[in-house]
Amino acid sequence: MTDPAGEVAVLARGLVRRFGPVSAVRGIDLAVRRGEIFGLVGPDGAGKTTIMRMLAGVLRPDAGEIHLEGVDVVADPERAKPLLSYMPQRFGLYEDLTVAENIFFYATLFAVPARVRRDRSQELLAAAGMLPFRRRLAGQLSGGMKQKLGLVCALIHTPRVLLLDEPTTGVDPVSRRDFWGILYGLREHGVTILLSTAYMDEAERCSRLALLHAGAIRHCDTPARLKQAMPGALLAVVTRDARRAHAAVEGAAGVLGLLLMGDRVNVRVDDAERRAPELRARLAGQGIADADITPIEPGIEDVFVALLGSGSPA
Amino acid sequence: MNLGRLFAIAFKETLQVWRDPRSLAIALLMPLMQMVLLGYGVSLDIRRVPLCVYDQEHSQTSRELVQRFVASDWFVIARNLNDERAVRDAMNRGTCIGAVTIPVNFSRVLASTGNAEVQTVFDATDANTTTIATGYAQGVIALATADFAARWAAAHGTRPPSVGSVDLQPRVLFNEGLDSRNFIIPGVVAVILGLIGAQLTSLTVAREWERGTMEQLISTPVTALEVMIGKLIPYFAIGLFDAAFCLAAAAFWFQVPFRGSLVTVLLTTGLFTVVVMGIGYLVSVRIRSQLGASQVALMLTMLPTSLLSGYTFPIDQMPAPIQAVTLIVYARYYVTILRAVFLKGSTVADLAVPILALVLYAAAIIWIAARAFRKRLD
Repeated sequence: MTDPAGEVAVLARGLVRRFGPVSAVRGIDLAVRRGEIFGLVGPDGAGKTTIMRMLAGVLRPDAGEIHLEGVDVVADPERAKPLLSYMPQRFGLYEDLTVAENIFFYATLFAVPARVRRDRSQELLAAAGMLPFRRRLAGQLSGGMKQKLGLVCALIHTPRVLLLDEPTTGVDPVSRRDFWGILYGLREHGVTILLSTAYMDEAERCSRLALLHAGAIRHCDTPARLKQAMPGALLAVVTRDARRAHAAVEGAAGVLGLLLMGDRVNVRVDDAERRAPELRARLAGQGIADADITPIEPGIEDVFVALLGSGSPA
Repeated sequence: MNLGRLFAIAFKETLQVWRDPRSLAIALLMPLMQMVLLGYGVSLDIRRVPLCVYDQEHSQTSRELVQRFVASDWFVIARNLNDERAVRDAMNRGTCIGAVTIPVNFSRVLASTGNAEVQTVFDATDANTTTIATGYAQGVIALATADFAARWAAAHGTRPPSVGSVDLQPRVLFNEGLDSRNFIIPGVVAVILGLIGAQLTSLTVAREWERGTMEQLISTPVTALEVMIGKLIPYFAIGLFDAAFCLAAAAFWFQVPFRGSLVTVLLTTGLFTVVVMGIGYLVSVRIRSQLGASQVALMLTMLPTSLLSGYTFPIDQMPAPIQAVTLIVYARYYVTILRAVFLKGSTVADLAVPILALVLYAAAIIWIAARAFRKRLD
């Protein structure tokens, strides 16, 4: 975790946070490189929000250290704040202010010059598809618009580190695409992005992922390598009645995990070559003759379930 | 302190107040309503006390005595009664709160001795009113009987009996009409300002917590001091506007004589506004819900201000321990100041002690409030 080249933008060591008797975060280590889009993935209650809040300097850790662009966040959170932008999970802007007024407010808090503010808000609102809504009260925007406005406000001052806590929850696909368009644009400016998400397709867009479970990081790597690290291989079982197939396959020899995916069942097995014919026979025996079984590349959701759901060590 | 950030907070807060019907109502309608309610509702004067008369004599003198009661304007005759039992009944039913019984030999005794007894009975349920009314009644009777005796003596060529050998002529200063309104209205202004000031600011930080805007706000470089001052600026302006309205209403509508200087009033009003807004802000920082903060602010301002500031109940009549407690009731200093400026025309130098008390109070509250707000979620 040492970083002689100064490449690391966000560094956390031994981060611990308790709420009464509950340990929300138990000893987290993170090293996010400059320009990375780093994803925190995990189920509700895994500690994602608590970590984000500590990184943003609004919550004190019980133990551990955080360095953000070289600034000690635990010792001096106020010195880190001009460098970062934090977008909380709950919409944090003023609903009784208009889009333009919210932008003006955050721009002024970060001492953005008026000219820069005008140019940047024009540019960001255009990228977000929100130019016509400048005079609308934030409270009257749709969920997706609100999140995009949050991002615009967070980016009005060009932060070095952007912290986004489940930024696209409840956001429509079009807005989500706008959102990611803006994030990719930032990477080119060397902005480091840390985001938490519950969406697997979104996790797949990150350069690196930390899989979080019960306040601890279980795995941390690129999406591609996480997939390789998944034990076993994946078979897709496609039938007319996926639910019945799910029940039929459960408990069969060599099956490590099952994931019902709508029209199909993703079956994780120890050996694809050997188990595919076995499964076909088992399904036929239970009256499911039309089953189409093919090996597939795992998605991040399969990896997630395989690595966290079973609790098996990698 | 960064002036840009200060401006951003003040600007944002102004927009929010402007768009929040509840804050606007507190800021603009409450002073008007309370000025009318308290200004007209609270009076310590006793006028037109309903009186029953049981005149056993029915002489010209006894009728003139009754007339004297009516002419005083302190009493009205509710009913004329014919027997002792009716007096009790009328008082029980609340027809009157006092009764005058003129004995059958009233004129005769008066003529022979120069003094005659008239019985007055009062319902002492409301002890305060009764004490004052009894005093008024005694005054009416004493003056009337003295007049009657002197008249009788003059008519018969004898020396008038020596009644009232000491002639006391009290002279009342500052509130010449002894009008309790002149005494109360300046206090009403203080009560209203105290209440509204704390109510307005008690919502300001709690609103951010309640609406979830605080988390993002504290992740910015804004400082606690900028948040406090920025937030208080618009409310301070509203507070001064309300103060100007209430003071103008006191002087022009309720016609309380204003003998002091405007500068003194503005200076002390500004100080008092800082104190109440600081208290409201402190409550708002501590209590993270708007409803809770507003309730606590109400308790902290309403009760001490209305009971212990001396606005209706004179502090020097309170038991010593309570008097000691009033020393920390900031409103008492402002009530004292306003009364003195209005009625006596006191200057800043005359009022050095209460002004100093307010200055210390304002400094202490602001110091505590500035430290109370932490840029943290826990």
